[in-house]
Amino acid sequence: MDEKEEALSRLGEGWDGGFVVGQAIDTSVLRRAGIEDADAVVVSTDGDNTNIVVAQVVQQRFGVGCVVARILDPNRAEFYSAQGLRTFCPTSLAISALTEAVKSCAVPARA
Amino acid sequence: MYVLVAGGGLIGANLARSLLRAGHEVTLIEQRRDRFEMLADELEHVVVQGDATELFVLERAGIQRPPSIVVAVTGDDEDNIVICQLAREKYGVDKVIARVNDPRNQVHFDLLGISPTVCATSSIMALIEHEVPEHGLVHLLELPKENVEIVEVQIPPGADCTGMPIGRLELPEGARLISVKRDGQFELAGDATTLRAGDQVIAILQPGKEDELRRVLLKS
Repeated sequence: MDEKEEALSRLGEGWDGGFVVGQAIDTSVLRRAGIEDADAVVVSTDGDNTNIVVAQVVQQRFGVGCVVARILDPNRAEFYSAQGLRTFCPTSLAISALTEAVKSCAVPARA
Repeated sequence: MYVLVAGGGLIGANLARSLLRAGHEVTLIEQRRDRFEMLADELEHVVVQGDATELFVLERAGIQRPPSIVVAVTGDDEDNIVICQLAREKYGVDKVIARVNDPRNQVHFDLLGISPTVCATSSIMALIEHEVPEHGLVHLLELPKENVEIVEVQIPPGADCTGMPIGRLELPEGARLISVKRDGQFELAGDATTLRAGDQVIAILQPGKEDELRRVLLKS
């Protein structure tokens, strides 16, 4: 699902899955995308708050058991994860990966 | 009373002005730099710049005190929902009021228990319906938490209920007729009141029982 039709071209020629154009907050679009039969949903639009709201709607209105929401802001990600939402925060992950990368550098001792 | 207003557009800014005039303490959060500067020129320290869905912005605006009411009136419905959730569940704010920009999102506010909400489109629709009753029944007031609503019904000519005393009508369970307006005169509805065509009847009932009430009052 994406609000722009162009997103389909990013999937390449060989894409044989479904594709629905529309906004994730719109329940009629969710239904068209087959939300009622979904076992798992990943909510990863470019808006943190859209993802937070859509994830809760999918969980509570449509009863999908496995819902993961991408939240860029670590503070909101932490709060909503404590509220029982499965959140994924690329920012936190990047920070720890980068910190590890820096730590693993062999820095020559200074004279 | 201390009120935190998120969103400094026409609604938020005028709300802040009115609350200040009424002697309340207000903090207004506005994200856009240009709007913030204009508002800050006028309202000075009352205005805070930032994204009201970010915890540190809310905290800088004093949400930890906490305010008596948080009003989320940004132009984005998802933002308004998140602001209300954070206010209530993270900071223990008792009362939140949210603006619904797109009436199609009302169901999400309801689902997530964010209430009361204000939606300009729905309010105007309700006014239009009040002028031109489409299905014979106009919603005057809805109190979803209390599970009651107040509606107005105009009795059509030839309806089965005309000539019947109210006490003999088989109203839906929990429903009561409150008043009858006839020829511009308003009277409280009693069991002995007899309905006539053209009467404007105000009733209290549980949401969802409108069809049952229509059957009793409109059917001919």
